[in-house]
Amino acid sequence: MGKSSKNKPTCSSVFLNGLIKENPTFVLMLGMCPTLAVTSSAINGMGMGLTTTVVLTMSNIIISLLRKVIPDKVRIPAFIVIIASFVTIVGQFLEAFVPSLNASLGIFIPLIVVNCIILGRAEAFASKNGPLLSAFDGIGMGLGFTVALTCIGLVREIIGAHKVFGISFYHLAELIHAPEGVLNWIDRQYPIAIFVMAPGAFFVLAFMVAFINSIKLKENKKNVAADCKVGDHDCANCKEKCEHRFYDENGKDGSVYDKHMSKESEEEGE
Amino acid sequence: MISESIKELLIIAASSALISNVVLSQFYGLCPFLGVSKQLKTANGMGLAVIFVITLASLVSGLIYNFVLDKLGIGYLKTIVFILVIAALVQFVEMFLKKYSPGLYESLGVFLPLITTNCAVLGTALTNVQEKYTILQGVVNGFATAGGFWISICILAGIREKIKYNDIPKPFRGMPIVLITAGLMAIAFCGFSGLL
Repeated sequence: MGKSSKNKPTCSSVFLNGLIKENPTFVLMLGMCPTLAVTSSAINGMGMGLTTTVVLTMSNIIISLLRKVIPDKVRIPAFIVIIASFVTIVGQFLEAFVPSLNASLGIFIPLIVVNCIILGRAEAFASKNGPLLSAFDGIGMGLGFTVALTCIGLVREIIGAHKVFGISFYHLAELIHAPEGVLNWIDRQYPIAIFVMAPGAFFVLAFMVAFINSIKLKENKKNVAADCKVGDHDCANCKEKCEHRFYDENGKDGSVYDKHMSKESEEEGE
Repeated sequence: MISESIKELLIIAASSALISNVVLSQFYGLCPFLGVSKQLKTANGMGLAVIFVITLASLVSGLIYNFVLDKLGIGYLKTIVFILVIAALVQFVEMFLKKYSPGLYESLGVFLPLITTNCAVLGTALTNVQEKYTILQGVVNGFATAGGFWISICILAGIREKIKYNDIPKPFRGMPIVLITAGLMAIAFCGFSGLL
């Protein structure tokens, strides 16, 4: 809690941590089910993200207020009940006021209950910090999730349906009074429909994570060069446990793999 | 009459196991699908545990919805009730197996607590209610859905065991290549869509 440690969390640092540094989708890889399922368009992704943000912020505040009341042994069921109550309330609101969004998100609204981001933040942050910080953590994490979902949705929509936020390219070209030739050219193009179907979700997310990894790799080369003990910065084959390491695989070499086999199966059991 | 209902059950089973596969086209239960698929052995254990829990959860949640929630007219509380039922069920199954079937407990043990947060379980229970399935249809749907999960997690684990030996571009190592593999599997499973 708020003891005067060296780097005491402030509202803005907690907010930015959720939005960028520990982005739930691209960095922590949490809440994958809604990330892939509802992002067939940017609007859906944004709707899901904002709904999750509301639930996350409310449940973070309540859990943080009750953190001294809830006994340690039954904290997980208690958290789940609090989260499920807010999901039900938000679901009823959506059904009443935004029926179209409710219809397109469908069963994924009640499934926010089992979104690992929410329970994860309750356990890791809200149960240890005050209500104000927890609220900012919820907003930051939620907006990080929203931004990620909107990006994925936008890419899938542009490639898979030739639309931007639900407006088709043809319509956009008409709006800016594009010449006849351009309009005809746009009309003849076929979108790659597989990107709005299920497999496209996997591909878009894979390429986005790979893009972020490649940025990290470049930064690592710059920063770690001095203190990397192995020296060739090949983290996948590096046996040292350093903090810059980000691969979860233990190398492609057969001997290394066999050596790690027994250890790995224990780790997976956690 | 009986053959009609059996035919209906088979259609439900085939469509939820293969055509709209729970992971690859419905996107339920992705966390264990991506997280526990490093080795075939553990993936198999996870798949079997999921089959066990989802089938039981479909039965219990169907009974509770039809005989309690629907009768009292409080169907809107289903999310809260189902998640509590699932959490309690997982605890109960764990204790039961520990006492009466230690062998099975040993092999499933570590995966059981993880299943509470597997959205395939809650998703199936809610789908059964949404599609207005009878209790028998719900159980069959649950079993087939979980079977689809087991098939796909085992295939992915088999592929991942081989991927370890390949020379993958550096940015794609780790999660991205797994996602691409899953995407290719999803394309393959699209082929089932003409089955019925």
